[in-house]
Parts: sequence; C-alpha cells; structure tokens
Amino acid sequence: MTDTSAQISGKNKRSYPSFLGFALGAVALLVVAPAVLSDFRLSLLGRFVCYGIVAVGIGLAWGRGGMLTLGQGVFFGLGGYVMAIHLKLADAGPSGVPDFMRLYGSGRLPIWWEPFRSPVVTLLGVVLIPSLVAFGLGAAIFRRRVRGAYFAILSQALAAAFAILLIGQQTTTGGTNGLNGFRSFFGFNLFDPVNKRMLFFIAAVTLLVMLAIVWQLYRSRYGELLIAVRDQEERIRFLGYDPANIKVVAYVLAAAMAGIAGALFVPIVGIISPASVGVVPSIAFLIGVAIGGRATLFGPALGAIVVAWAQTTLSESFPSFWSYFQGALFVLVIAFLPAGLSSVNLLRNPLRRAGDLTESFPPSPPTRSADAVSLAPPEPGFSEVSAGSEGGG
Amino acid sequence: MQALFSQLVAGLSLGSVLLLAALGLALTFGQMGVINMAHGEFMMAGAYTAFVAQGLIADAGTSLLLAIPLGFLVGGVMGVVLEATLIRRMYHRPLDTLLVTWGVSLILQQAARDIFGAPNVDVRAPSWLSGSVNIGVTHVPAARLFILVLAVGAVVGLSLLLKMTALGRRIRGVVQNRDLAETVGISTRSTDRLTFFIGSGLAGIAGVALTLLGSTGPTLGTSYIVDAFLVVVAGGIGQIKGAVIAAFGLGLLQATFEYSTTASVAKVMVFVVVVVFLQIRPQGIFSVRTRSLA
Amino acid sequence: MTMDADYLELADVRVVFDGFVAVDGVSMTVLQGDLRFLIGPNGAGKTTLVDAITGLAPATGSVRFGRTELIGKKVHRIARLGVGRTFQTASVFEELTVLQNLDIAAGAGRPALSLLRRRSSVPPAVEEAMDTVGLTSQRDRQAGALAHGQKQWLEIGMLLVQNARVLLLDEPVAGMSAEERVQTGELLRRIGAERTVVVVEHDMDFMRSFATSVTVLHAGKVLSAGTVAQVQADPKVQEVYLGRAEVTG
Repeated sequence: MTDTSAQISGKNKRSYPSFLGFALGAVALLVVAPAVLSDFRLSLLGRFVCYGIVAVGIGLAWGRGGMLTLGQGVFFGLGGYVMAIHLKLADAGPSGVPDFMRLYGSGRLPIWWEPFRSPVVTLLGVVLIPSLVAFGLGAAIFRRRVRGAYFAILSQALAAAFAILLIGQQTTTGGTNGLNGFRSFFGFNLFDPVNKRMLFFIAAVTLLVMLAIVWQLYRSRYGELLIAVRDQEERIRFLGYDPANIKVVAYVLAAAMAGIAGALFVPIVGIISPASVGVVPSIAFLIGVAIGGRATLFGPALGAIVVAWAQTTLSESFPSFWSYFQGALFVLVIAFLPAGLSSVNLLRNPLRRAGDLTESFPPSPPTRSADAVSLAPPEPGFSEVSAGSEGGG
Repeated sequence: MQALFSQLVAGLSLGSVLLLAALGLALTFGQMGVINMAHGEFMMAGAYTAFVAQGLIADAGTSLLLAIPLGFLVGGVMGVVLEATLIRRMYHRPLDTLLVTWGVSLILQQAARDIFGAPNVDVRAPSWLSGSVNIGVTHVPAARLFILVLAVGAVVGLSLLLKMTALGRRIRGVVQNRDLAETVGISTRSTDRLTFFIGSGLAGIAGVALTLLGSTGPTLGTSYIVDAFLVVVAGGIGQIKGAVIAAFGLGLLQATFEYSTTASVAKVMVFVVVVVFLQIRPQGIFSVRTRSLA
Repeated sequence: MTMDADYLELADVRVVFDGFVAVDGVSMTVLQGDLRFLIGPNGAGKTTLVDAITGLAPATGSVRFGRTELIGKKVHRIARLGVGRTFQTASVFEELTVLQNLDIAAGAGRPALSLLRRRSSVPPAVEEAMDTVGLTSQRDRQAGALAHGQKQWLEIGMLLVQNARVLLLDEPVAGMSAEERVQTGELLRRIGAERTVVVVEHDMDFMRSFATSVTVLHAGKVLSAGTVAQVQADPKVQEVYLGRAEVTG
C-alpha cells in the first residue's frame, strides 16, 4: 500500500493522463477540426472554444476554489467590449467616429473610448480591466468574509447591474444592439475565410494555454491550498494564512480568462451585446462546467464546448425543447451528479479509480467553531474529484 | 419640497415592491440557508394566476381580491413541491441548490411560454385602483398605494404568525439553532415544508401585485429576483425587520439616485452601496447571533 | 523563568455574546514546559476562551504571548505569531493527503510566488512531524480516510510543523480508545517540554495522568487553579463537580 502510493505521489505522479489529454485536445482542435469542419462550422466551434476558455476559469474559481461565481459574463463582456471598441475605432479610421454614434448620438467620441485606438492598450485592457474589477470586488468581499451564498448573489447582482448599465448607454455602447459590424481585426479583413480560420486557431491555442496554466496551478502548492480553502476556509486561518488572498488569486485569474475569451469572441462572432453578458448567460456558463466535472482539469472546457454544441444543434430545430432540456440538465447534473460526468467516466485508470473509491469518505460535518460563520459548508460527494484528479474528464 | 416628496413616494413604492418580492425569500433563506432561484417564477405564477382569475371573473375588483389568496396558494403549492422533491435532498449543499432551482426556473419559464404564449399579457386594474390619490403634498397612483398597503399587511401578518403561533415559534427555533431544535423534538421536516409554503406563497402574492404595475410575461421573475436577493443580503438573515429596512432603504436609494442620474446608473450605484455596506456589516443589517457566530 | 522562555498570560479576559457573558474576567499564566489542563462543566467557557486567545471570538482584556498582545489581532496574524490550536471535531483537509495537510501547515511563511511551483521535496520539518505523530506510513492517504484518533494526531502534527510555540488543544482525546489516549498523552508530554501547552479536556483520568497544572473554569470564571492534587482537594471544585457523571471520569 505505502510503496505503491508513494510511487504514485512521486515526482511524475499522474502527469501522463494530463499529457495525453493535452495531446488529444491539441490534435482534435488544431488538426481534426479544421480538416473535417466547414468554414461555418469551424467558426461556430471557435465560438464554443471561447466559452471553453471561460469555463476553465470557472472550474478554477468554483470547482477548486468553491466560489460560485454567477457573474462571469461581466468579465467576458468587459474583455469583449474593449476589443469591440477597438475594432469599431479601427474600422472608423484615424480620428474617425463609429457609425452608430453618428446615428444615435452627438457624433462625438466619448473620452473613455480614445485610449482603445491603440492596439497595445486594447490588449492590455482585455486582460487588466476584468482583472482589476475582479480584484476590487474580490478583495472587498473576501476580506470581510462575505462568501458562499452571499458571494454568489453579489456576483449575480454585478452581472445584472452591468447589463443594465450597457443597455442604458445607447450612444456610447450601442445599448441593446451592442457593438457589431466589424470589418477588420488588427488589419486583417474579417470577411476573408483564411483570416476567419486563423481566428479559430488563435482561440484554440489560447484555450490550450489556459489549460496549461490551470494544470500547473493544480499541481502546485497553491492548488492544494485552494482546495483547503474551499473545504475549510476558517481552518486555514489558524495555520497562518489569509484565505482572502488565496481566493482573490483564483477569482482574478478566472476573470482574466473570461476577459480574454470575450475579446476572442468579438471578431469570431461579430457582435457583443448585453444579451451575452447578463444574468442569464452568466449562469449558463456554469452548466457545461458542472457536466464536465467542476474540479477536473479538462472537464469544464469539454463540458462547455459540448453543451454549446448541443444548444446550437437542438435549439435550431426544437427551441422550446432546449429550454426544458437545459433546465433539466441543471437539476439532474447538479443534484445527482455533483462531480459531473467525470464521476462516471471510464477513461480513468481503473486501478487508481478503485484506490480512490476505497479511500473515499464523505467529509464529516463541519466543526462548530471553524465553520460557524460559513454559509457554505463543504459539499459532500466530492471524494471522486480529489486533489490529484487532473487526469479526469 | 414637492420634488422631495415625490422622491419619497417613488422610493417607498419601489421599496414595497422589493419587500413583497424579498419577504418570502428572507424567510426561506433565513430558515434553511437555501437560495431559491425559482422564487421569481413563483411570482410569475402569481401574476398569471391574476390573469387567469380575470379571465374567469369579469369584475376586475373581485378577481383581483380573489387572486391574492389564490396566488398565495399557487405559489405555496409550487414551493412545497419543489421543497419536497429537490431542496430537501440538498440541504447540505446550499450553493448547488441555487443552481438546481435555477434549472427549475428555466423549466417554469418555458412552461409559461408554452401555456400562455411568449408575448406579455395584461391584467386590467379595477377602476378604484386606476386613478391617483391626493395625499396633500403630492399625488400617488392608487395602485402603488395598494401595493404599499399589501406589503405592510404581509409584514404584519408574517410577524404575527412568527410571534404568536406555535408554528412561528418552531420556525424561529429552527432559524436560530437547527440542531438544537431537532433535539428538543421540533420536526424540522414539517417546519421546513410549512416555511416553504408560506415563503413561496408570499411570492405568489407579490406576483399578483406586480400585475398592477405592468404587463406579465414569462421572464417577470428574472427581472425581480436579483434585486430581491440583494435585499435579503443587505437585510441580513433570520429577521424580518432586516428585510423591511433593506427593501425601503434600497428603494429610496434607487429613487434618489434616479433623480440625479439615470435609472441604469442608479442601479449600479445601489449595487456599489450594498457592497460597501457589507464592508461595514458583512452579516447584513441584522443577523441572528448565536454563540457560534463569532 | 528565563528571559527567552515563552509564556502565555491572560488578564481579565471577557467574551460577551449579545449580553451573554461566556468568559467573565479570566486571568491565568501558562509557562513554557507546563502542560496546563483547562477543565470545567459544559458551558463553562473553555472553548470560548480558546476562541478568544486565537482571535475567533471578540474579547476584551489582555492576552499576551511574551511581550505581544494578541487581542485585536486577526486570526491568521495570531497563528503566525506561533499560537496554534486544534478543534473539538478534528478539522483536517479531508480531500488532501496527510503529507499535503502537513505541507500546508508548514507553509504559511512561504513567499507567494513559490506557491505556484510544485513541491519538489518533502520539507524536513514535515518528515519529522509525521514521524513524531506516527503517521509516516499514512503519508499518502487522504486525511478524510484516517481513523478519528489519527486525525487528531494529524492536527497535532500540523501544529508542530506550523512551528506553534503555544498549543491550544480542544478535547484532543475525545472519542479515542484507552490505548490511543495514553499514546496521545505521551506525545503531548514529549512535545510539551519546549512549548506552552493548554489542553481543554473532559476526561478526568486523562487529566490526572498527564496534567502538570490545572485551571478549573465555571460559568466563565476561574474557580480554582493549581496542581491536580490541589484542585481535587478544593471544596469549590468538588461542589461544582458533585454528581456530574459526565465529568467524573
């Protein structure tokens, strides 16, 4: 027993399934998909890959960190709008004004649009603006031990407020219509099929890079700490850590990923509007993550892509059915398969699986002192998605 | 002076709507720590109850007065069914409950769309609610006054229930210490179920009230649920007075901000105020203090 | 007492919850090498006192560790000063292995960026603590799968690697077998020689076997203090404990 487990947890423990996953993902996205899919379908997959990038961040914050973030649409939107503003300005030419502003407004450019004429400022903004918003909100509320349900509600309220704000600013953000009709992307014509394929490759590689970042985090000491904070936030204080710092890091990273995804979404889909950033789309991001296995490495992205694919396919032909189906997915997966489909997945090494099962105990009820102020006691049923399950999904 | 009073009236009116929407939530969230995202759809069900009632009874006044208890019953029954089938099984997973009830709300919205159609429907206000009332300083739409009265009535009724009845004492016992309540022989099962009935029933009444302010559609609930939860968070769990103060407080803030900016900016400012407020009182305005809540 | 020895000094510590006085002016001093038992009937304020020392319960008065005042400091700051505690219900990180639990406990002082790397080797302090608490053979088991007693030992091990110089143990032997109790007591003696240890306990046999000094709390106040023999001879203590089956041990 001791010998084998010591070996497993040695230096190269459980890396192979992850490497295999990366290899499979890279081949599927970079070789197979472009070869078999039409330009239209590939562009569609590009959109789903953007959702996958958001999902990787949600897996980090929610699956590993226990922060149920219902407002990822905000960060997705911030990244998306920053990129869209730049594209509108680039299309309008130097010192030009975007078409819709002349149509609905004074025809004068708001001051806060100006910096995004610069491509460098735009790219920095895509990452930094969502990160700063997440840092501000996260630092404020985690430090005051606002968590669990309270955090979920606040993140949702943020999404609601953001969407309302966008809709209210018809002349500067396009209101309900959002920003659309982009013609070029950093000088490349967006109507050229070759450039559209290129965008898909950028999105796919970005997804793989994000997965690699999260993989390293999950293997690191930080990854272990994050699980510790998720399961026993109060306990970790007595070991000398401030859990707020640990949570902020994961939350900010998740926000940055959503921002990058939004920025890629804009040229691929051609529009960003309040409809993709509000309360409803923000929660919709979660179902794929839950299905794929929220605490696994590949599960969230895979789940998000599959759900988005299913939604597009099914809602085209049965719009009403899709709403019922999506609702039922939330109910069934979250209530009965909290670890996602990864808990019934047979790809995992059967030996390890057996080992995990024999060592799985549901966590005991929270201790009185340590968890008294927590609104979110550790969730049972997670023993499958243990610290070292990077390979799952 | 005139402007100040119309602000006050607008704020109180908005507050009473928020209060009606949040009261039931405060009850269920306070007691079980459960976030019921389908609460908004129970409101929607209440609103459609008023619509159906009007289809059956021609007189708008009678149908409205009948719709109030009916809406309570419809919302309450839906709540009990939800509690018994799903929420009960997920008692130790409050965050997951949030997502599961979100799924339920998606299903209910689509069901409403399939039953009543996607376009909004309108409920005629009775003649005695369509005018406005002169309260000396300013005029108040009678419908808004009615909602204020209804909200106050709901608060008074709920407070009496909690203070005076055996059920109320059981509910308060469970809110303060679930484990202890169980050990002294309170059936938390039936208490939970009744709490859910009352809380969801209040959502139904809120839905009936909302038909007086605008038209009714499948997404009626979604537009109120976030604000209602914000009220609960700001008010603190476990006590009704927290929800009352938070609802009117946020209503007045929203009205004041709207006066100086736009409705959308006001909304964002209210959100910021709540986050800042939670910096000062992370548990909300009031919270049940027990020994363990250090 | 030498100049560099540690000690924990409480002066007039009070904890009030909404008008209920849980701890009512407790003063006591615990010296390094002492194995101080804190006993008293249920509701006497023992755990709340530990909560107050570790920053969990808001308290007034003074808690000094050496020259440092602890009251008013945040929980994690107090922990970093070298004050560690365990909980009545063992609270380890159930999904992490024994090794990972100990490694986290050892790591509060690590630079932030180093956390982003994998653990390349097991820190010597972790190996040593695993050996001290007898969990070396369990190092790669999930903590949630450990037996109850082993979890308590793991918690004590976490205190050791945390480099805690004041150890506050809340009912460390509750639910343990007689044999495990003896092992735990001997462990506490071993590690207590160079640390300041306070044990909250209901088990009177355990107290008699291992305590070097005892403080009896009753209704939030210190009822009696001294050696085991002195405390047992104190008529006030006998009065409080008379007929209390659960604590006569």
